[in-house]
Amino acid sequence: MHIPDGYLGPGTCGLFYLAMLPIWTAASRIVKKTLNARQVPLLAIGAAFSFVIMMFNVPIPGGTTGHAVGGVIVAILLGPWAACIAITVALVIQALLFGDGGITAIGANCFNMAFVLPFTGYYIYKAISCGAPIDSKRRVVAAGVAGYVALNIAAGVAGFVFGIQPLLHKTSGGQALYCPYGLNVALPVMLGEHLLVFGWVEAIVTALVIKYLQKHAPELLAEGRKI
Amino acid sequence: MKIISKLWIFIGVLIALSPLGLLLPEHFKAGSAWGEWGADEMQELVGYIPKGLERLSSIWSAPIPDYAFKGWEEKPMLSLSIAYILSAVVGILICVGVVFIFGRFLSKKE
Repeated sequence: MHIPDGYLGPGTCGLFYLAMLPIWTAASRIVKKTLNARQVPLLAIGAAFSFVIMMFNVPIPGGTTGHAVGGVIVAILLGPWAACIAITVALVIQALLFGDGGITAIGANCFNMAFVLPFTGYYIYKAISCGAPIDSKRRVVAAGVAGYVALNIAAGVAGFVFGIQPLLHKTSGGQALYCPYGLNVALPVMLGEHLLVFGWVEAIVTALVIKYLQKHAPELLAEGRKI
Repeated sequence: MKIISKLWIFIGVLIALSPLGLLLPEHFKAGSAWGEWGADEMQELVGYIPKGLERLSSIWSAPIPDYAFKGWEEKPMLSLSIAYILSAVVGILICVGVVFIFGRFLSKKE
């Protein structure tokens, strides 16, 4: 889901940077108000977890690869705004240092993976687990569903952004200038592979971490500790 | 042991296992992620390299491209796995450093 340089036109890239500016500003402001100094190590672990989990490329045999983002679990533990910051840090370092995701597409990639994903995941988890005891099975299921749905919505947005490029940018001869695949290909492929394979990885990762924390650190799951 | 220490160990284990993200796709003959092809692959897929893509794709030259050292493209999988682990270590150290610096400014004192 790391859109590289050259797949999105300048307008799309600029628009997503513009969209992310107020989100990053709000995230900083809200986290500043609510993050305790003793939660900073957990935020660092969140960024590290997201960074390394994205390196686990899962193959579709003979086809493409994809990966989890690990952002939903960070959102559940620290809240969506803090998760936005943690994932943004991971994505920016991946783009600048490792060329994973384009620098022109940092806005778009952060919009999908550091905004859409943690926010949808967080609210789905909250809606399903609402009122459930900390050690309940419902919280594990809620985490799994949140991971699955959130990764797929983010993938769908990425597919949509890929897919509108040929509509926006074409040479007079009809060749695409940036991403050559339209909505009829980009959207079903991005959604399909995440619905079938990669969404499950995010679901399992999120659910397993919740299950582990229920046993070993239930205080991290208590309401009211969230940002 | 405090949960934070346990979670750091967990991150360490994930770093050590990270080459799976390189070896499994290789083993199952899976190519690039969809929409993350290089210009050559694009030529094969659609028969031409989109002009804008060609221009923008080389706008940034990452120091450790694709979690491998420059010039190591033909090295055996073992070397690539080591580079992958080192990349994870470097990337995570920077992530953690940046978050701690941010954290100093962004967190409230108790």
